[in-house]
Order: sequence, then structure tokens, then C-alpha cells
Amino acid sequence: MAPEMATTEPHEGRGPMDLLRFATAGSVDDGKSTLIGRLLLDSKSIFEDQLEAVEATSASKGYDYTDLALLTDGLRSEREQGITIDVAYRYFATPTRKFIIADTPGHIQYTRNMVTGASTADLGLVLVDARQGLTEQSRRHAVLLSLLRVPHLVLAINKMDLVDYSEAIYEKIHSEFKSFATKLNVPDLEVIPISALQGDNVVTRSQNTPWYHGPTLMHHLEHVHVASDRDLVDARLPVQYVIRPKSDEFHDYRGYAGQVAGGIFKPGDEVIVLPSGMTSKIAGIDIFDKEIPEAFPPMSVTVRLEDDVDVSRGDMIARVKNAPTPSQDIDAMICWMTNEPLRPKQKLAIKHTTRSARALIKDIQYRLDINTLHRDQDTKELGLNEIGRVQLRTTAPLLCDPYAKNRTTGSFILIDEASGVTVGAGMIL
Amino acid sequence: MTQTHADYQLSQLDQLEAESIHIFREVASEFEKPVLMFSGGKDSIVMLRLAEKAFYPAKIPFPVLQVDTGYDFPEVLETRTNWVNRLGLRLIVASVEEAIKNGIVVDDGKTSRNRLQIGTLLNAIEEEGFTAAFGGGRRDEEKARAKERVYSHRDDFGQWDPKNQRPELWSLYNGRIHEGEHMRIFPLSNWTELDIWHYLGQEGIEIPSIYFSHQRRVFNRDGMWLSESEFNPLRDGEEVVEKTMRFRTVGDLTLTGCVESEADTIEKIIEEISVARVTERGATRGDDRFSEAAMEDRKKEGYF
Repeated sequence: MAPEMATTEPHEGRGPMDLLRFATAGSVDDGKSTLIGRLLLDSKSIFEDQLEAVEATSASKGYDYTDLALLTDGLRSEREQGITIDVAYRYFATPTRKFIIADTPGHIQYTRNMVTGASTADLGLVLVDARQGLTEQSRRHAVLLSLLRVPHLVLAINKMDLVDYSEAIYEKIHSEFKSFATKLNVPDLEVIPISALQGDNVVTRSQNTPWYHGPTLMHHLEHVHVASDRDLVDARLPVQYVIRPKSDEFHDYRGYAGQVAGGIFKPGDEVIVLPSGMTSKIAGIDIFDKEIPEAFPPMSVTVRLEDDVDVSRGDMIARVKNAPTPSQDIDAMICWMTNEPLRPKQKLAIKHTTRSARALIKDIQYRLDINTLHRDQDTKELGLNEIGRVQLRTTAPLLCDPYAKNRTTGSFILIDEASGVTVGAGMIL
Repeated sequence: MTQTHADYQLSQLDQLEAESIHIFREVASEFEKPVLMFSGGKDSIVMLRLAEKAFYPAKIPFPVLQVDTGYDFPEVLETRTNWVNRLGLRLIVASVEEAIKNGIVVDDGKTSRNRLQIGTLLNAIEEEGFTAAFGGGRRDEEKARAKERVYSHRDDFGQWDPKNQRPELWSLYNGRIHEGEHMRIFPLSNWTELDIWHYLGQEGIEIPSIYFSHQRRVFNRDGMWLSESEFNPLRDGEEVVEKTMRFRTVGDLTLTGCVESEADTIEKIIEEISVARVTERGATRGDDRFSEAAMEDRKKEGYF
């Protein structure tokens, strides 16, 4: 028998060092499932029992090929209907990076899922069929990714094998998309010609596209630089929890725990606590039983202050000379996520960082047509999956930054007070 | 993490840790009565470690709940006890045995202990009035889990409604529930099996010895190696042999298979699963094999 107790020995090997979260958008017709299946297969993230189950299901449906889409269609209700109804998260890793894919369905009625998937993504991957070129749907996906400020965008032109790997077709779609993207916030764009089915430029460089000198999709995913995407200038720590052990050993310990949302904090920094406006100095920053020299996003830390100031959950610690302005009047783009439309005078619960309050909808200024980018100012409500600019008044001041500057301190959710359901996602202007 | 980060970049394991600690602190702040579901397995040990870090130097501000199937591995129970004692936590044991005696669940002789855990667990949550229950589920484990939220809402029958999940954006979790409902919380949602092992390796903490290669008396049933045990009477044609084995998951010992392995250190285990061709559940969990949608069905009923 085994020894009675085992303790794991600390060791050096820690697997891939880096993390990339990306969201995929596109419909089954664009070959999205095939592409994800290929990324998983080629990085050896699909196991035999998973593949066997999918092969068996494909055979029982009478297909003469293995339907890789079945790998990502998780719920039986979806398999029965042959559609994907929700965001699915997939994981794979290469020796350099671990990847989290937020796989979102492409149909028009699922804007809310795409917004959900894009909210945490470092990179957005939009797929188009080389034969079709840019469609309304691919434009819509790019608009949503830019609205959610996903910093890196990849346009993968798929099924290049079906257009004889034509450089002209690649160039046409590329330039068409580039001119469209000038209207959006796309700081980094890569356009890659691929065939998910044949494997061209997915993991290995294709012999069929000698005219293409850019990276393969996998190479780009592995090397795109995301560390500098976070705001390292404006120091923000939303206080989540106050740690007071009251034990003999830590009798006077009082720490403010939270996840750094922006900037860099160091011991000795002069800080301000909002909304009270009290100031103090950082005495120390802890992660578990270690003091650390500096804290930066997305670390979860505990900050101790030199003075005994009153700090509680929902407060924000920032720099004295660089702090958000507390405000009860909020201008935001809102994505509405429930059947009952959003209307002026409606009251909702709002959660922003670690702060909860109530919000009154003062005005809906316009609805954004995500196909044409037209601002419809005549509408006075937002329906399910619609996006618009809204003015709110909150019962307590929010300690916020523009979403364009900080995706954590610039975002909020709206909650229906009766049902408790999340009904809206907001990005502060 | 004592040196200055010149590039202000966290390793992926540190990022996962930070995200999970954030989740623990959110739940402790926003829920009246959380509880951590602890099986003694590697995932729940990582959960406890993260909870320890989230609230240090204070104690973890919630108790630990274990569903005792009566068929648990003794090594696992021992590890559980050590952890609970070291952290000074309150341990609640919900026994399937007791639940059968009290008529809370019905043992018809055909239903597995794993399935009887559902009713036992829901009853314990209701009796104690827990409003949030941390579980060690990971999205990489299984297709139904890939679509589950970090905060997974359960109605007053403890059921999961996959088609009616709340959208979950950024790191803004919505913990609103009605009387009688509760939330399942999955702080390890974004961890993979390999991440768990790398983290256990990094932390140097106690896990049940049966995860490591050892000599064990086993017999083969339906292609799975099961442990010889008084709870596991042999059927016709089954024969006990001694082999060098280890467990990839630890659950009900009548259903949890082991694999032949020489891996007696974390490094060797990582090496082994890096080249493994079968998922940990597919390889060693009889309860997930009954149908393709086995996990989805159990989750809807209120499984972990």
C-alpha cells in the first residue's frame, strides 16, 4: 500500500508561463468549429475518449466524416437542435502559452454571448469564408470586439483552398476590411489566409501561399504581445474585503484585500481612499504570507495602510494625484440582454467593481446599428441584443474611469431587482 | 514573487491564482452563508489552498462540507482531516449512509453512491441554509461544464438550468439569489488538470498518497481497474492481482478506477498526463460512462 501521507515537493517546472484569452466569432459555415477542432487537435488537447465519442456520434448520424463541431457543442439540448446556444470555454496550451478560448455562436440573436465572451478577451478572432468575403455578420463581430475594446484583432480568411489560394482574393478582403476598420478602434490587426480543413497557415506555414509573408495563426497567438495592454499608469485598487484576523499573532493586522485594476502600487506610496477622500501611505503589500515590493494588475493582494483610516468594501484606493472622480451621473454604452426592453425611468441594480448601488435610467440617447454604425436617435428603448448610449443616475457615486482607459474600472453590469438576473452590460464613456 | 517584475507580467499560474482568490473574496463578501465542498481530492485541496491565501492571516471565514459516500478511500479521509485541522476549520460531514437511514435518499441497489450524493448534498445545504457552495469543477473536465458559469445559479430544487444561465462579464459576478435558492461557485473554472498539478508542485502541500504510484490489489471490471475492498465484492470471473497503480481522480472507491503508473512524484505525474491520451474522467470514472450526457443530467439534478 501507499505511504500514509504524501506532501508535494516544490519544484521548478511550472508549465507554460503566459496566458492568452481570445474570443472566436463566426458561424459553423465559416468553419469556426473546424478551426477550433484543429487548434485543439494539433496542440494535442483532444483526448482519445473525446474523439471516439465524437466519431461514434458522427457515425450514428450517418456522416462519413468526423464532425469536429460536436467537440464544442456541449449540451444535449444544443446537439438535438444542432445549434450552439451559449459561450463555451476551451483550453489548450503550447510550451510557451496557455490559451482560453471563449467560443461564441455567430447568429444575430446571440450578441449577448459575444459581448460576454469578448469582455475578458485579449484578442478577437473573426472568421470569414474566402468565397463569401466580408459579410454583415463578420462586420458585426468586428464592431462588437472593438466596442468591448479587445486590443488585438485577427481576421482569418478561411477556406483559401476553395479559391485556389488566390492572393487577389486575400488582398481584396484585406483592404475592404482595413477601410471598414478605420471606423472602429482596432489598435492591432492581423489578416491571415488559412484553410482550417487542410491546415494551411494554422500551425504550419503553407506552401500554397508563397505570396503571404505574415505569421501563421498559431505563431501569432503564441507571440502577440499582451502584457502591455493593461493600464500600468493609473493605480486603482477596488477594495473587496477587509482582513482583520484579531488573533494573538496578528492582533493589529488590518489589510484591504482586492485585485489590482490598474497601475502599480508600492510601499511608501501616498494614496487616497475614495469616496471618503482620506489620505494615507502604503505600509506594506502582502500576497499570502509574503510581502511584495510592488503590486500591479491582475494581482490579488492585501494592502496595509500607515494610518487607521476607515476603509470598507466598495471603496477604491488610488494615488493622491491620480484618482477617479466619484460620479453619480454616468454616460455609457449598454448592451441589453433580456427580452423586456430597457426604457427611461427604469430602476435597476448596478454592480461596478466591488461597489453595488441602484441606478435610474435617465435617457436613452441613441441605439447603435451595429451593421451600419448608424445612430438611431428616434428610439426610446433598447431591445434584447441591442446596444445604445444611455444616461444613468446612481444612488451612490461610482469610482470609475472611461472604459477606453480601463476595462475593469470602466465596466458595470445591470441587474433586475425582482428576478436577480443580469440584464445589461455597460461600458462607461 | 519577491523580485521586482521588470515587465509587469504575471505567469499564467499566478494569473489563475489571482482570479480564483478574487472569486473567493467576492463570495465571502456578498453571501451570507458560504460553504466549501471538500472531497479530499486534488481539486478541492487546491481550492482550500486558494481560500487559505485569500484570507490570510485571518482564518477561512466559512466551513467545509464533505459528502461521505461510505465508500471513500481511507487515505483521502486522512488528508481531509489533516487539512481541516491545520486550518482550524469546521467540518460538516453529510453521510449518504445516514441519508439512506433517514429516508432522504433511496438506495434501490441499482443507483450508485455518487448519484445518491446528490440528494444527500442538497439536504445538507438546505438544512444548514447555505447560500453559496464552492465546488472544484473545472471547465476542461467535461463538455457540459465548458458552458457553466463561475457563479452557477441553482433553483430551490437545487437544479441547474443550462439554457437559462446569467451572462457573466468581465470579473463582475452577480450573486443575487432568492430565498431557498443557492449558488454553486467554481473558482477553478479556468484551470486545467495540468494547471492543478503544476500548482500542487509549486505549493508543496499535502495530497492523498493514492495519487502517487504504489502497489495495490486490483481487479478488472468493464475495462477499469478497481481496488479490492469489502465494498467491492468480486463478480464471476473477476480476479484480484497486485499491480503498480495510481489514481487520477479520487471518488467513490467502488466506481473510481486506477491506472498503471510508475509516477511517484509530481514531476512524473505531469510528464505522464502531458502525454495521456484519455481524459481523467473517461479513464477512471464509472459514473460518467453510462451515457454521453451523464454529467449534464447529474448537474441538472444538482450534482457538484
